[in-house]
Amino acid sequence: MRTLLKRLVAGLAVLYGAASLAFLSLHLIPGDPVAILLGPATTASPEVRRQISAELGFDRPLLTQYLGHLGRLASGDLGSSYQLQRPVGWLIADQLGPTVQLAVAAIVVALALALISAITTAGRHPAARALASAWELTAVSLPSYWLGVLLLTAFSFHLRLFPIIGGDGPAALVLPAVTLALPIAGVLAQVLREGLESALAQPFALTARARGLSQTAVRLRHALRHAAGSLATLAGWLVGTLLGGAVLVETVFGRPGLGALTLQAVQNRDMPVVMGVVLVSALTFVVISALVDLLYLAIDPRLRGAVVA
Amino acid sequence: MRRYWPLLVSCLVLVPFGVAAAVPELLSDASPIAIDPVNALLPPGTRHWFGTDQLGRDLFTRVVHGARPSLLIGAGATAAAVVAGGLLGLAAALGGRAADQVVMRVADVLMSLPQLLVALVVIAVLGAGTTNLVLAIAIAFTPGYARVVRAEALVVRGSGYVESAKGLGLRRSVLIVRHILPNAVGPLLVLATVGFGTALIAGSGLGFLGFGTQPPAPEWGAMLAEGRDFLETAWWLGVFPGAAITVTVIAVNVLGRAARGRFAGGKP
Amino acid sequence: MIEVEGLTVAFGRVQVVRDVSFTVAPGECLAVVGESGSGKSVTARALVGLAGPRAHVTARRLAFDGQDLTGLAERDWRAVRGRRIGLILQDALTSLDPLRTVGAEIAESLRTHRVVPRAETGARVRSLLTDVGVPEPERRARQHPHELSGGLRQRALIASVLAAGPRLLVADEPTTALDVTVQAQILELLGALKERGAGLLLISHDLAVVARLADRVAVMKEGAVVEQDTTAQVLSNPQHAYTKSLIAAVPMEPVAIRVSVQATESPATESSATESSAAEGPATASLFAGSPSAASLFVGSPFALQAENVSKRFRAPDGSLRHAVDGVSFHVRMGETLGIVGESGSGKTTAARIALGLIEPDQGRVLLSGRPWSGIPERDRRARRRTIQAVHQDPLSSFDPRYTVERVVAEAAALSGVRGRDRTRRVTELLDQVGLPATVLRRHPRELSGGQRQRVAIARALAPGPDVLVCDEPVSALDVSIQAQILDLLAALRRDLNVAMIFISHDLGVIRQVSDRVAVMKDARVVETGPVGEVFTAPAEPYTKALLAAVPSFPGYTPGHPEKRSATRAALDSASPSAALRSGRS
Repeated sequence: MRTLLKRLVAGLAVLYGAASLAFLSLHLIPGDPVAILLGPATTASPEVRRQISAELGFDRPLLTQYLGHLGRLASGDLGSSYQLQRPVGWLIADQLGPTVQLAVAAIVVALALALISAITTAGRHPAARALASAWELTAVSLPSYWLGVLLLTAFSFHLRLFPIIGGDGPAALVLPAVTLALPIAGVLAQVLREGLESALAQPFALTARARGLSQTAVRLRHALRHAAGSLATLAGWLVGTLLGGAVLVETVFGRPGLGALTLQAVQNRDMPVVMGVVLVSALTFVVISALVDLLYLAIDPRLRGAVVA
Repeated sequence: MRRYWPLLVSCLVLVPFGVAAAVPELLSDASPIAIDPVNALLPPGTRHWFGTDQLGRDLFTRVVHGARPSLLIGAGATAAAVVAGGLLGLAAALGGRAADQVVMRVADVLMSLPQLLVALVVIAVLGAGTTNLVLAIAIAFTPGYARVVRAEALVVRGSGYVESAKGLGLRRSVLIVRHILPNAVGPLLVLATVGFGTALIAGSGLGFLGFGTQPPAPEWGAMLAEGRDFLETAWWLGVFPGAAITVTVIAVNVLGRAARGRFAGGKP
Repeated sequence: MIEVEGLTVAFGRVQVVRDVSFTVAPGECLAVVGESGSGKSVTARALVGLAGPRAHVTARRLAFDGQDLTGLAERDWRAVRGRRIGLILQDALTSLDPLRTVGAEIAESLRTHRVVPRAETGARVRSLLTDVGVPEPERRARQHPHELSGGLRQRALIASVLAAGPRLLVADEPTTALDVTVQAQILELLGALKERGAGLLLISHDLAVVARLADRVAVMKEGAVVEQDTTAQVLSNPQHAYTKSLIAAVPMEPVAIRVSVQATESPATESSATESSAAEGPATASLFAGSPSAASLFVGSPFALQAENVSKRFRAPDGSLRHAVDGVSFHVRMGETLGIVGESGSGKTTAARIALGLIEPDQGRVLLSGRPWSGIPERDRRARRRTIQAVHQDPLSSFDPRYTVERVVAEAAALSGVRGRDRTRRVTELLDQVGLPATVLRRHPRELSGGQRQRVAIARALAPGPDVLVCDEPVSALDVSIQAQILDLLAALRRDLNVAMIFISHDLGVIRQVSDRVAVMKDARVVETGPVGEVFTAPAEPYTKALLAAVPSFPGYTPGHPEKRSATRAALDSASPSAALRSGRS
């Protein structure tokens, strides 16, 4: 219980930090926040600027603004977009669907590729391992935006197997999901393979073999569970890579989604939207980390002991 | 010797990229920005090895000249992040509880966000441009380095050899300079090698999104973005700039792995 | 039952097992003895076809109950493993899958060989656990290895091996990771299995364990069997020089004064020679067992280090405070050696770290050369640190990985004020003193053998000219013959340099050999202290008695000696209810 409580506090601290970061990045940087909001190209008159400033509360003391900012966030109000004149919460909710679809599809593809690669090559013939390590290295080194361009050129423009831009059927999801998944699969496969190999090198694997179990049975029944533990530590990285990768992949394939929304907001310096996205990704990170911690407890009884005692 | 050939190959691969970044004129004497509309969108051939783009510029020349900005962004961001992360990590590990708490909590927050998003926030605040791009990537990568250096410094500080040195009666400052620093820096450098590859991908990615070097100057990510509109007719525009990024990153990752293996081999 | 003739195992071009032959009959125990790297473990694994994917195994004959095992296909091997031949490994904490319950591991053996119908699996698991002496089998079967004590864990591992009813048990160092009292119980269990008709192939580096259990002994060296005979014959009348050196190198018998063994020309002759010369020094004082004069030799010497009533508590992972040492007092005089003995977790190492000034005690105080050593600022301690130096169990981790041997020793030598060219001379001198050639100067400690590394650690400890040397399990990680050499070196240095020594070990034989006085630690307290001869021959505390009785005896070889057995039991039963002793109730 103690550990779980600690994790909860740490999660809240991260969220509070992200909220403060949002506030800070708007107020502590040199220059007038109104100028940043309006962008460099604006021709707004001083009166208009003053009016905006008063409307957004920029003329009040910083501490008051900060507390107000936190208070609004706590009540679920993420503010309004300057550009689109709509509540940020709505904007994000609208775009969440396609991105979640993309992320889930990518995870499934990446896990499947990683599992197949790791189980078939871990601790096998040196040539098989060299091959596995070569593909992992290539996948890890592939920039997703280039991979997307390549797949688009080959499968959409030349082979015409998949729709070119946009579209929302399952067919439109295939190339983006693979693009997002491949670099992730490279990392997962590598970690999984190393986890399997270190588990297979431990005495309990020898005991299990000496019991009469086959190689494959030892892998599936014993080693895989140990390797899954090493995967769990990657969960945070995975969330970040999926969300960050979505920005690029959605741009390449012209898909709607959180990434496209973020990109547009950054281009227009629509800070409330940018900050909304920051908070939503921090929240996602905290929730997923907590879930993975629970999963980890289910996998490894040694940790459970520490929690109970 | 067989163990060293990937290392050798990756070094050989990196040489032309280094030359391209240092003295691009040596590899191609054409101009990377001179427009020649008559010869627009020519496929790769003997005159234009990589073909030409929509404005008739030689793609090979542009890829060669794109090496310097692309690699500099990656290297600059990595160097800044390694130095900042290294100092912050050491401060956290050796500077007492308060320093540790401040540094690590801020790192926790930044690391809960996608690195690309952190970089995008910085760009949203500071605006686009090459310098801001380097700064943005450096800020996104710093917490990772800080965390590794802190962990490594704590391991070294708690190690048997630092305890033995303490048992000899050495001063704290001598301990830090003679034993803790040199042993904590090794893993940081290994990490920085691989980190350079990641920074290169991130930098070109932001260039691809239009936040870096502005046209017509050549930069691999921006070139990919430009070529994206002509993929149906000119596949080469989508292939070569990206291949340049990928080949560099693979070579760097091989180096990083070799360094990691060597380092691990050198440790007890 | 199993017949092995001309077994050879090669990895690439290196033959790690060469032309090994032996047999084991039902109800018989053959022990294969050798130091690390002798090929004994590979031999064990080859018997179940698990020498590894890169191992090339050949044999003129390898048969079990007449069935030829050479060239067996993987599928057929699986029918042999577990069902006919069982393999018991060292530490059940890692030899049982830590993520699964003990019951699931035992059930896996049952299921793999379809020993009982599925519905009866649970009942069979419980009866197997009961058979190997695990109380409350129902509860234990649902627990994970880390939730059991070392002894119970090892019993559970044995139960999982016995599940499919193998008639030959191959036990590879089955008791090495265990405390001495638990070790005695597991040996008894293995003995009982043997009496029930199982064949037992025991792999061990420990001659004392072997003496207790084996009917015959095969001694392995560098992949080959150099001597094979009945246990009594091998231990009392060894033929091969290597066997003699192994026996000579075993630390002094803690209870009875050891029988002298005739040594011949062999690597360890040197060690036996030094040992007898060391016997003239103060170390032998302790041989006059029970004589009060033993300790009084040092009464005139000034105190080197005194710890008075020190306590230290640490926060356990669950958040509660636990005493690592609790009101512990000890002292050591110049020229004297204090042995601190106890099982793992008894607080020995914390005591050492407090003595070294690396941990501040919560209560009590420490005096070094009569002046306060605890409760003072680190600034004041720093200049005096060079007067108390340490040698640890794992020397490699105590050397900066970037440093050569020369730099390691020179860094310490610099503190005694030698500079420039003198420093190199001084380093060479120190290395010579610990028996290392000047050729190691430019090498890294990781390139040296375990014994050489420990010599470097000793040279470094001596370099600043200390008054007190704290040795924390300095020989526990070493093979016996190397162990003997390092102990001899320490004895010689102590005689020559007149330093005070605090020597910490779990091994009573080693303690007996090096100490003048001994402090027995248990559960963070010193339960008994006194001259080593008195404590070891006439222990006052039940715990000390139990500890001594549990040591496998050697070479007082008495197979199944009824008196000895019952003595052990009686001692264990009368001992205070400690977790370590009654591991049956973790």
